[in-house]
Amino acid sequence: MSLLQVEKMTHYFGGLKAVYNYNLQIDPGQIKGLIGPNGAGKSTIFNLITGIYKPTEGDIRLEGKSIVGYKPHQVAAMGLGRTFQNMQLWRHMTVLEHVKMARYSKLRYGLCGAFFGTAKRRREEAESDEKAHYFLNMFGVDPLADQNIFNLPYGAQRRVEMARAMATEPKVLFLDEPTAGMNPEELGRMVATIRQVHEELGLAIFLIEHRLRVVMELCESIQTLVFGEIIAEGTPEEIRSNPKVIDAYLGKDVVE
Amino acid sequence: MTKTDKKHFFSRLFSGIPVLGWLLGVLIAVLLERYLGEALAEILGLPKIPVLFGFVIMLKKPALIPGSLAFVILIYILPIWIIARLSAPATNAAAGFLVRRSVGLSAMIHLALLYACIHIWSDISAYRVLALKLTLISIMLTLSLNVVNGYMGEFSCSHPGFMALGAYVCSIFTVGPFINDRFFDQAILPLFLAPYIFPVALIFGGLAAAAGALFVAIPSFRTRGDYLAIISLAFMFIVKSLIENLEFVGGPRGLGGQPDLASLPTVFIWTVLCVWIINNFVRSTLGKAMNAVRDDELAAAAMTVNTRNTKMTAFLFAAFWAGVAGGLFAHVLRYVNPGTFGVQNLAEVLAMVYFGGLNSVYGSIVGAVSLNLLGEALRPLELFKWIIIPLLLILVMIFRPKGLVAFKEFDPRRVLQPKLKSE
Repeated sequence: MSLLQVEKMTHYFGGLKAVYNYNLQIDPGQIKGLIGPNGAGKSTIFNLITGIYKPTEGDIRLEGKSIVGYKPHQVAAMGLGRTFQNMQLWRHMTVLEHVKMARYSKLRYGLCGAFFGTAKRRREEAESDEKAHYFLNMFGVDPLADQNIFNLPYGAQRRVEMARAMATEPKVLFLDEPTAGMNPEELGRMVATIRQVHEELGLAIFLIEHRLRVVMELCESIQTLVFGEIIAEGTPEEIRSNPKVIDAYLGKDVVE
Repeated sequence: MTKTDKKHFFSRLFSGIPVLGWLLGVLIAVLLERYLGEALAEILGLPKIPVLFGFVIMLKKPALIPGSLAFVILIYILPIWIIARLSAPATNAAAGFLVRRSVGLSAMIHLALLYACIHIWSDISAYRVLALKLTLISIMLTLSLNVVNGYMGEFSCSHPGFMALGAYVCSIFTVGPFINDRFFDQAILPLFLAPYIFPVALIFGGLAAAAGALFVAIPSFRTRGDYLAIISLAFMFIVKSLIENLEFVGGPRGLGGQPDLASLPTVFIWTVLCVWIINNFVRSTLGKAMNAVRDDELAAAAMTVNTRNTKMTAFLFAAFWAGVAGGLFAHVLRYVNPGTFGVQNLAEVLAMVYFGGLNSVYGSIVGAVSLNLLGEALRPLELFKWIIIPLLLILVMIFRPKGLVAFKEFDPRRVLQPKLKSE
């Protein structure tokens, strides 16, 4: 049984067909890529699977259980961690607080603990501190833990965002353009980090990317989305040589 | 002496003194005032001890300015500074010892000292007691509003409404059974039981306010934006006109005759409790979830934060404390009428929140204390008071748009620990 399965998902924004008859299957430990020109509906697919939008039709199953209709925070707690295309970070919080926040659903001390500072709360907060430092370490940003997030350089912010997503302990990690806006050096480090996380934890990753080089390097299987429909799916080599993909990307009849 | 040297010199005068040292200084100063104040006032040609650090007297009778200034310097500034400075090595050692033993114990001792200071200070006149009680209640109100407007980043206008609910419900529980009243008939319980019922009455007042908050929260937290401001403003007016039309609580004439239960220690304990619980909450991950929701709700949800629950909890929690503050307020004045809980009250508490600083326990305390003090000090100016205070607010908004001490975490351990002399 595959880890995450999406079947015949279709979504309309009013009369606009954003995603049509979309299928996806991610196995444990697999890295899957999703490419496509701007406005093809890639982020919409992420938002549909992670519960921000509810699909008009179709089914999404995580480990065999349907997750359609659950709220985003419930879906996240079930094991779909994600990052955002334009890094949605919290302006007034430190790096450590960002990562600790992702442990929210794992805290059990409740309001009583929060109000009165019980021993249980101190224990759980300490545990959560420790976990947060572990994930910050994994992405090499632990020395910055006490900094406000907006004091960090762009590349470091991206890494904190990934550490934050990882701290939810996802079964599948969704990365929305993790290398957007990075310079070649930062990009190289990011690719290495993603690969490292994947290899160390055997994590399944679903990746949206604009840069073909990154997807080709990382992914075992790639889907190409144009106008909300998948036009090709296969290994990097198959995608590279697929005439439809070349068409879409070189822009014969699709303006990028 | 260059400019930096000067700065260095001034900071050296005040650095290295722990909170314990300052409290000791203040204690000595208020004791001095109590035992030598009358005599000193006479020598300086003042009619009596200046009741509010000489502000009132200076504005009323400019001829007495030198005398009042001398009084303030001789009774407060010099003794506080000298004692704090000279005792710094001892108080640093003591503070260090206490913090190592237990932060809780250390906090208790500091609070006891603080209470001793304000008790002795306020013993001199009934006016000081009243001003102090109202200031403490303002701290509760400001801090609870800061939870919604600062920590959660929504704009709520219903605090006077919550306060009114708390004040009336709490009063019903104390006036009803203990006082012979025209609306509630004969007292059914002896008055000496009242102090034991009072905490319960306050909590019921808080719960009533929280129930009212639920009424506002359900329709307004489906989305974000201006909805809460509008709905909560409407709620405030609804509560006000509801009370005006309820004859059994006195309607527009108000409800009086509350037993004298809100003594200074009672108000102090409730304020400390409020600050402690709210500070605990905002420093926990559950409380920080409010900041996450404020700064980016979508990201918060994606990081497993239950955003709707977070918003509801914060709002109800804030309303609860506003209700408790309202209950205390009713028993401090021993009379409430619906007119008190109107737009002016709202403006005052909003001003305290934004003046002091958003998202900060320090800020709320600073805002509430300074605006209350300012309001009292400028009282002799009458109408001009309402020109000076708003002007100050505007200046703060220009030079420090987030308030005086915004976004500062209040960590009791850090406050209580000994201060090292800066090099």
